[in-house]
Amino acid sequence: MDTLARAFSAPAFRELGYWLFRYRRTWRGSIVISIGNPLLFLTALGLGLGTLVDRENSAYLHGHSYLTFILPGILIAGVMQTAFLEASGPVMQSALPRGSYRAAASTPLEPTGILYGHLMYWTLRATQNAVLFTCVSLLFGTVDPARAPLLVLVAVLVAIAFAAPAAAWAVTVTRPSQINAMFRFVVLPLYMFSGTFFPIEQLPVPLQWVAWATPLWHGVDLGRTVALGTATPYGVLIHIGYLSVMVAVGLHVARRTYRRKLYV
Amino acid sequence: MTDSSTVLIDARGLTKVYGKPGDKTGFTAVDGIDFQVRRGEAFGVLGANGAGKSSTMRMIACVSPATAGSLRILGYDSGADGAKIRARLGVVPQDDTIDTELTVRENLLIYGRYFGLSWKVLRERSTRLLEFTRLSEKAEDAVATLSGGMRRRLTIARALINEPEIVLLDEPTTGLDPQARHLLWERLFQLKQEGVTLLLTTHYMDEAEQLCDRLVVMDAGKIVAEGTPAELIARYTLREVLELRFAPGERQIMTDKCRGLAERMEELPDRLLLSTDNGEETLSAVHRQGVQPLTALVRRSSLEDVFLTLTGRSLLD
Repeated sequence: MDTLARAFSAPAFRELGYWLFRYRRTWRGSIVISIGNPLLFLTALGLGLGTLVDRENSAYLHGHSYLTFILPGILIAGVMQTAFLEASGPVMQSALPRGSYRAAASTPLEPTGILYGHLMYWTLRATQNAVLFTCVSLLFGTVDPARAPLLVLVAVLVAIAFAAPAAAWAVTVTRPSQINAMFRFVVLPLYMFSGTFFPIEQLPVPLQWVAWATPLWHGVDLGRTVALGTATPYGVLIHIGYLSVMVAVGLHVARRTYRRKLYV
Repeated sequence: MTDSSTVLIDARGLTKVYGKPGDKTGFTAVDGIDFQVRRGEAFGVLGANGAGKSSTMRMIACVSPATAGSLRILGYDSGADGAKIRARLGVVPQDDTIDTELTVRENLLIYGRYFGLSWKVLRERSTRLLEFTRLSEKAEDAVATLSGGMRRRLTIARALINEPEIVLLDEPTTGLDPQARHLLWERLFQLKQEGVTLLLTTHYMDEAEQLCDRLVVMDAGKIVAEGTPAELIARYTLREVLELRFAPGERQIMTDKCRGLAERMEELPDRLLLSTDNGEETLSAVHRQGVQPLTALVRRSSLEDVFLTLTGRSLLD
């Protein structure tokens, strides 16, 4: 496929190189956060809230501890949030008249190369975060070691599924307030219907249908069923299908919006 | 042997219209222009703000598709082979795209990587370019510590990292103080000596006169004149200009009295310009008419006067 070939062509890797070069300044801090975050979650929700919830022995949890139940969701939702933030703010900034996309566009790089290069960077960062989070979870014994790699793969798929459409949109945005609004009113509310903190079976049926339509739920449910070993082939196919469509549509639109923005 | 008159940039009927096709509110920034740039020359595009200079530059830089017409650069078509052309261009844009998160040297290195150059080559070239642009002392400093002139020099250094055949400069000295401008001109002149072809846009007539071997004058998207600075001055103006200023109340009366005294008269908001072959004689004639100007100045014609003749407006609007 021509687009796949272009994705791995040298120019896109040069754009990846740019973001990795800039990351050199902040990588240590980001590793600390990537380890500190799960530690905090696992402590607060596991030792704290989890102890309270486990006393109830709710049937909704299907015999798992609260911590084991929510852990995959926390990872997936966190990955989604980071993916959106990384693929919106920096994209908007880089597309401004003095931004780094403009500099790259005056070189042999094409807009799609710039997009794919940046996307590869987000993918690497998401992989790093997911691996670190999963390692900390393994230390706490809250995830099965055999299933941990699969969970990481799911997290990376979710990251790309959110980063692609976010970038496609953010490159057309001119004001930071628009990104804030999107984050607050579209991205964060996804948590409500995602089954991250509580199973969606607890919601009234009409709202469960809403959850089925929202992207985060597919990511969380895929991550959880894979991590707990309760995945069904049907469920996995639907979830992967949904997320893959997000990636494909996101990239298709992004290729156009990047080109239109950078080649006025 | 390189043919020194090789045409590197060939534009025919080049047009740029912003807005969707068929959109009545579309804006024609560049309206079917023809020009050629030859190897080794410093080619200028002179015009006021909004004349279409930047749009033209962006099309040549292959970051803006032409709406109509043909544009061939280094033997390639700008529409189909943009990447190949960009590999051999150096671009100094009006809004510099220097990365403020990186140091001076890092900006050169990371930009050079986009051209596929190796780190080894980049390290050596960046040192040389920093010397060329007199920024060696600032190599490891943050970009935020640079003055405006230094930032512009860094942009030029960066534009040269891929050893381009053509360097595009869009208003290179706008916003710089006189000393910075002169240093920049001197460096650009040095570049020209080394055989690099320069294409620059400007609305400063002194810059055009100093740097350019040939230039075109653009107005409202069209080219209204073409030639060397001397040719343009000879063709469109007389040798000298007499500038007169009057007291506010007397301007109209005095202006009327001056009619017919010179070959060409131009009324500006603050001055009256009389084009003539001999400024002193015309000044005497003015006095004989009973006109008492506040100040009178005889100077030689410049590109500013060419622009005024061609467009009826001043360059610095």
